[in-house]
Amino acid sequence: MTATESAPVEVDVDTDEMIASRRRLLDDGKVLRLSEIDAEQVAGDIDDERMIINMGPQHPSTHGVLRIMFELQGETVVRSKPIIGYLHTGMEKTAEDLSYLQGCTNVTRMDYASNLFTELSFSLAVEKLLGLEIPERATWIRMLMTELNRMSSHLLFLATNGMDLGAVGMMLYGWKEREDVLRFFESVTGLRMNHNYIRPGGVAADLHDGWEDGVARLLAGLPKRLDEFDILMTGQPIWRDRTQGIGVISTEDAVALGATGPILRSTGYAWDLRRDMPYLAYPDVDFDVVVGTYGDTFDRFAIRLNEIRESMRIVEQCLERMPSGDYRTDDRKVTPPPRARIDESMEALIHHFKIFTEGYTVPEGEVYAAVESPRGELGCYIVSDGSPKPQRMHIRGPSFVNLQTLPHVLQGGLIADAVAVISSVDPIMGEVDR
Amino acid sequence: MIADLSFWIFSDYAVSTAIKLAVVMLIIPLTSLILVYVFLFKMMAFMQSRLGPMEAGPHGSLQLIAEALKFLQKEDIHPDNADKHVFALAPIIVLMSTFLLYVVLPVGPDLVVEDLDTGIFYAMAVSSLSALGVLMAGWASANKYALLGGLRAAGQLIAYELPLVLAVVGVVIQAETLSLQGIVHAQANWEIFGIGSGMPFIVTQGIGFAIFMVAAQAELTQTPFDMPVAETELVGGFHIEYTGFRFLLFFMAEFGTAFAFASIASVLFLGGWSLPFVDPTANWLNIVGPGVMLAKILFLSMIIFWVRFTYPRLREDQLQKFAWKLLIPAALANIVFTGVFKVAF
Repeated sequence: MTATESAPVEVDVDTDEMIASRRRLLDDGKVLRLSEIDAEQVAGDIDDERMIINMGPQHPSTHGVLRIMFELQGETVVRSKPIIGYLHTGMEKTAEDLSYLQGCTNVTRMDYASNLFTELSFSLAVEKLLGLEIPERATWIRMLMTELNRMSSHLLFLATNGMDLGAVGMMLYGWKEREDVLRFFESVTGLRMNHNYIRPGGVAADLHDGWEDGVARLLAGLPKRLDEFDILMTGQPIWRDRTQGIGVISTEDAVALGATGPILRSTGYAWDLRRDMPYLAYPDVDFDVVVGTYGDTFDRFAIRLNEIRESMRIVEQCLERMPSGDYRTDDRKVTPPPRARIDESMEALIHHFKIFTEGYTVPEGEVYAAVESPRGELGCYIVSDGSPKPQRMHIRGPSFVNLQTLPHVLQGGLIADAVAVISSVDPIMGEVDR
Repeated sequence: MIADLSFWIFSDYAVSTAIKLAVVMLIIPLTSLILVYVFLFKMMAFMQSRLGPMEAGPHGSLQLIAEALKFLQKEDIHPDNADKHVFALAPIIVLMSTFLLYVVLPVGPDLVVEDLDTGIFYAMAVSSLSALGVLMAGWASANKYALLGGLRAAGQLIAYELPLVLAVVGVVIQAETLSLQGIVHAQANWEIFGIGSGMPFIVTQGIGFAIFMVAAQAELTQTPFDMPVAETELVGGFHIEYTGFRFLLFFMAEFGTAFAFASIASVLFLGGWSLPFVDPTANWLNIVGPGVMLAKILFLSMIIFWVRFTYPRLREDQLQKFAWKLLIPAALANIVFTGVFKVAF
């Protein structure tokens, strides 16, 4: 059950309850802290019916290359251990060798289902270090695009969640609606994913003529489809049986494990960075934070379904109130000068040359900027030594942190529930392994 | 002696048996071809805003032949730890149970391989053989996922065998015969209070029909009861280690059995090859009958596949609960009511 609330439930992070919760999570033996060979040995010693089964890295329901080692008693999960690293590409290290202008090309490839959010958090961090004000139109374009991205990401979740529970039709319905959003992205950024569209200083290009029609078409078509999804899944007895009361997590446990996004909100704790630590122009738009009640798989599904509706509300407001003006800052240190100026001004030519060879320098310091991605708090931490390249860049990936809730919510469930729960965490492995 | 043998070989009995066997041998690949093309390829595609296969033949109608040929070219792989003989035998046993089902299916007044007196009893018995093959496949593959799938299948097929058989009992009471041909004739001649002639049993056996279709869905391991294969959990379950021709056998058995169950349901509840208000002994029904039967079968198959493409999968315990707490009591109640009405009227 979801409800919309205006104030978060009071949870004091340092109560005795919280400390006890942290200790409990450490001691309760839900995590399989053994190597596979040792685990086989121990399982065999305890009981003949215990076995170790590996799900992934090649498994249709592990959303890429997640591997989970289960200790099973029959079909019941006793302990489990998520094993990651199969998609490690060293993007954080790569970032240290790329200028701030090139940085977005790199970070956008992390969370490949919601690329614009990593670009946004990187850009916000760099702008914070630079002390750069960006034009109002750029802010609203960023908001429009990231909310559309949230919709496409959640539609992808609905598709995969349906497929993981055996509703093959749902998979294609979700993909089909997502495709419409991607088509709009393509018309704006030129690409369907890995856009490199949001950059420090603004966005890469202005919205094209007639973008209003594209957005209006999206907004007109989607509500009907969402109602169909409600019929197909939300109100469906089999769907409810498979998801309600499965993979339950309490608010204390979720906070202690650092879970954010729909997982934390499903427990009834209304924590949304868009409202609680506002960035862009979120204080100016009207939207609700969707929360759940039971912290189960169904709540996480329903939250995402309803967040699509909330995002549509924000997009609608962006459509109505999109300010005119420049789409990027006119600070010549960050934004390359227009082509015509290069022929006239020596200074412009120098700026152009410097930006595209050396890059622009960013003042010394360290900074953390977080945004609410479809999966939770996505933060970018940058240490600058005053050179044109970051000395260290780190991304706080929500999927990575959310994955550690898995052993705690999987215990006692069946292997069939495990599939539903993994799906409801909605991990994107590119962002987990980075 | 040789003369005796040649006399026997060319006797009417031998020739007709050979023809019947050839027809049955052909019918399984043919039925899977029809079902896979019409439903798995096209209906599913249209339900999901796709076109489905379009390249091989007109509207992709030869796609399945292309895929079957592809399977035939594959290497016959079996895992090192597998129990070789059991592993090789399992798909054949599953397909055999499908073959045996077709022996008793009547498609016209004279068109039946063997009209056994215990027809429906025989059909139910041989259809359970497939559970054995599935369990063998799961056990012999030496794969944990296959083992889980095999055990799930065994539990499921046993649980749903009961409501399936109990749903049939209502029809048998009403028809007063176990022979499938007899059940068709009983429907062709059946009147309710002197009204109508040749009404199908679905009119009075609606509950039985519903239970039969649900149980058949589970017997065929189609979604929402497809836990034994469950691609997203067990990655194919009992047939995870099978490739090439042996996988093709499982695949053909799946759709061949779906066709066979749809035909049994059409015989039991929809009147099989007979039509209302038509004399069931008319010779021309031998020609029209198979078409009538095919129409009914395709209609029932459509329901099976429609449900398959729409619903999510149940969980193993929910499936068992559904069978034992709902279907079996309902089927028993159906038998009691049918018995009471049979005696009363």
